[in-house]
Amino acid sequence: MTTTTSSPAVVAPTSRSLPERLRVPAGFALGAVLLLGAAPALLSDFRLNLLAKYLCYAIVAVGVSLAWGRGGLMVLGQGVFFGLGGYAMAMHLKLTDAAATGETLPDFMQLYGTGDTLPWWWKPFADPAFALAMTVLLPMTVAALLGFLVFRRRVKGAYFAILSQALAAALSIWLIGQQATTGGTNGLTDIQGFFGYSLDDPVNQRMVYFIIAAVLLLLMAGVRQLFVSRFGELLVATRDSEERVRFLGYDPANVKLVAYVLAAGAAGLAGALFVPAVGIISPALIGIVPSIGFVIGAAVGGRASLVGAVLGAIAVAWAQSTLSDALPAAWTYVQGLLFVVAVGFLPGGLASLGAVLRRRRTAAPTTAPTPATAPAPTTGETA
Amino acid sequence: MSGYSISRRGLLTGISAVGASAALSACGAKTGDTTSTGAGAQADTSGDTVKVGLLNSLSGTMAISEVTVHNALLLAVKEINAAGGVLGKKLEPVSQDGASDWPTFAEKAETLIKDDKVVATFGCWTSASRKAVKPVFERYKSLLFYPVQYEGLEQSPYIFYIGATTNQQIVPALDYLKKRGLTKLYLVGSDYVFPRTANKIIKAYAKANGMEVVGEDYAPLGSTEFGTIVNKVKDAGADAVFNTLNGDSNVAFFKEYKSAGLTAKSLPVLSVSIAEEEVKSIGTQYLDGQLTAWNYYETTPGAANTKFVAAYQAKYGKDKPTSDPMEAAYISVYLWKAMVEKAGSFDVAKVKAASDGIELDAPEGKVTVDGATQHVYKTARIGKVGSDGLITEVWNSGKPVKPDPYLKGYSWASGLS
Repeated sequence: MTTTTSSPAVVAPTSRSLPERLRVPAGFALGAVLLLGAAPALLSDFRLNLLAKYLCYAIVAVGVSLAWGRGGLMVLGQGVFFGLGGYAMAMHLKLTDAAATGETLPDFMQLYGTGDTLPWWWKPFADPAFALAMTVLLPMTVAALLGFLVFRRRVKGAYFAILSQALAAALSIWLIGQQATTGGTNGLTDIQGFFGYSLDDPVNQRMVYFIIAAVLLLLMAGVRQLFVSRFGELLVATRDSEERVRFLGYDPANVKLVAYVLAAGAAGLAGALFVPAVGIISPALIGIVPSIGFVIGAAVGGRASLVGAVLGAIAVAWAQSTLSDALPAAWTYVQGLLFVVAVGFLPGGLASLGAVLRRRRTAAPTTAPTPATAPAPTTGETA
Repeated sequence: MSGYSISRRGLLTGISAVGASAALSACGAKTGDTTSTGAGAQADTSGDTVKVGLLNSLSGTMAISEVTVHNALLLAVKEINAAGGVLGKKLEPVSQDGASDWPTFAEKAETLIKDDKVVATFGCWTSASRKAVKPVFERYKSLLFYPVQYEGLEQSPYIFYIGATTNQQIVPALDYLKKRGLTKLYLVGSDYVFPRTANKIIKAYAKANGMEVVGEDYAPLGSTEFGTIVNKVKDAGADAVFNTLNGDSNVAFFKEYKSAGLTAKSLPVLSVSIAEEEVKSIGTQYLDGQLTAWNYYETTPGAANTKFVAAYQAKYGKDKPTSDPMEAAYISVYLWKAMVEKAGSFDVAKVKAASDGIELDAPEGKVTVDGATQHVYKTARIGKVGSDGLITEVWNSGKPVKPDPYLKGYSWASGLS
């Protein structure tokens, strides 16, 4: 099977102008040129900063594509992991901001706090290495604990989705209640510096953009390798026929756990990068509604296709910014409609549109390519 | 899988390209360095019109309140344009929707400043949205006029606070309760910054003034479950309830309150977030005789208010009430106009410098800008909800109260900030 370097679950190979083996590196190079060359050259500082924010959502979408698109896990609680990563980063930045002005407490604690001492669980975040590690490790640990309990018990589908949502709601309510130590509804705002660099300076804002774009590209490269690896095939197999995977001697719970934990890590990383790009992290980014928002882009673009999910996330975020200017009240409906249409009528998202149309045109069912969400053709690949 | 190694090599090349380009981009100023973008440098004042930003939630949970503020702002802009504009230039309002979402507020604030090049922005309602946009206005040295009463403890050089701070609303309300001998208070509030900060102030005041706080409860924003809280209130032996609930929660709270047999006579509730608009949506029968603390009511006497109410209702409908935040929004545009005209320029630094002592015969009475705090002298007014749904004043502070956002002039508040 030398031809199937692309994942078995996406669109089956059709006619392509570029040789198969050059397609992925070429796509990656094109993405790098667009994100690291064209965008910074063409966009104003303000637009580039907005793009940085969209790219953060795209990083979440990479994880969604892995866990939901390939693993079939309806991850409707990514806000939790996004928030944990964001808060870990923001806590560190607030502490360094405070230290820069000779204070020991962040500004909001001086206003709303209860004492003169930093809460014990804030203290380690003063260390940059610890805080950076936590932006990824904290969400991954929470996901691992939750996933371990849930997947062992074979909780699936809607129950898993509801559980994820409940966790998102619980975390945002808890954060709101802890005004003295987390900033409550306000969240952590007014972040001035990023590891010693002033975020007021447009040059540094650009730097943040480059970091975000680079992280997205690297993550996409890594996750793509995962898609075509044996683990990727096992993941799709688990999604499509969990029982059969179990009979083959694999433990589906472990397979799902790995995908879920990696998706949580991506969301945490996105949250951490969101903080310097936007300058705020608050419970409003964690609850049920934003958690659904995180998967809409992936669903619209095509959750099983990595590029589809990423482009979908960027496009939906861009549409939200633009449409909400023109039609403020209408955006929520558009968003809901997009989700319903994508999940209900085009499960493969826009990425599968071409394949769906081709299938319509070629009437003969025997030559029809496999649609994105149909079970992967069972071949000897996983054995 | 022979294709495997090749794609990996391709990826490595790509990755090193990514790393190289990231390293090439230069690093900018360190924290603490002063970057000068120039005050108001972004604002465009070259044409016959200047743009002003209106930043309100036109969608989402806050829309019901913020749309009324938006309307009041549009009315002020329209009136000013009809009278010839500001420094001979007509105002062009640019509306942006904050969508009841705080990061969106920050994004839209930046859009207004950078894309629309507005000379000033008016809006925001919740403290969270104000906190989210504050760094944006500070970064670009652009002005925000904030029209809503808030929890104090803030003084941004680029925000003018036109609503009341705590010593112009919460503290006078406590003075009033004390004067009436209602000394045992039960605190009920929504779980966010304003109620929590207000209650901290109330507890400090109570301690210093021989009053007692017999209970304190918070409900999540939007919560409609008040059975337990109302039962606790009923059994606590309080003289009055100090209510800092916001939005829909008030509807559920007052319905539960009435069905528990509690009335304005047996146990009065003093609310700080219920204005005329909210009275309508909660239902007059549930609020009859209850108390509110604001700086303005639709019934406030004076020619300026008669004119404001008539103009508002002529534009938006006879049945539309006017409220404190709407009035503050309305006068904020006039105050800005007066500052610009005194400065003779739209330049932010000059406008700020000209702000001190600006006076206006506002619908709420005389207001004066305090340049040092960028707040406004306002008269505190306690009102009573009537059976017609309007609020009538039962007490006022007599003269405009000097704004004191950090409560520095109150010895009992020394431990608060």
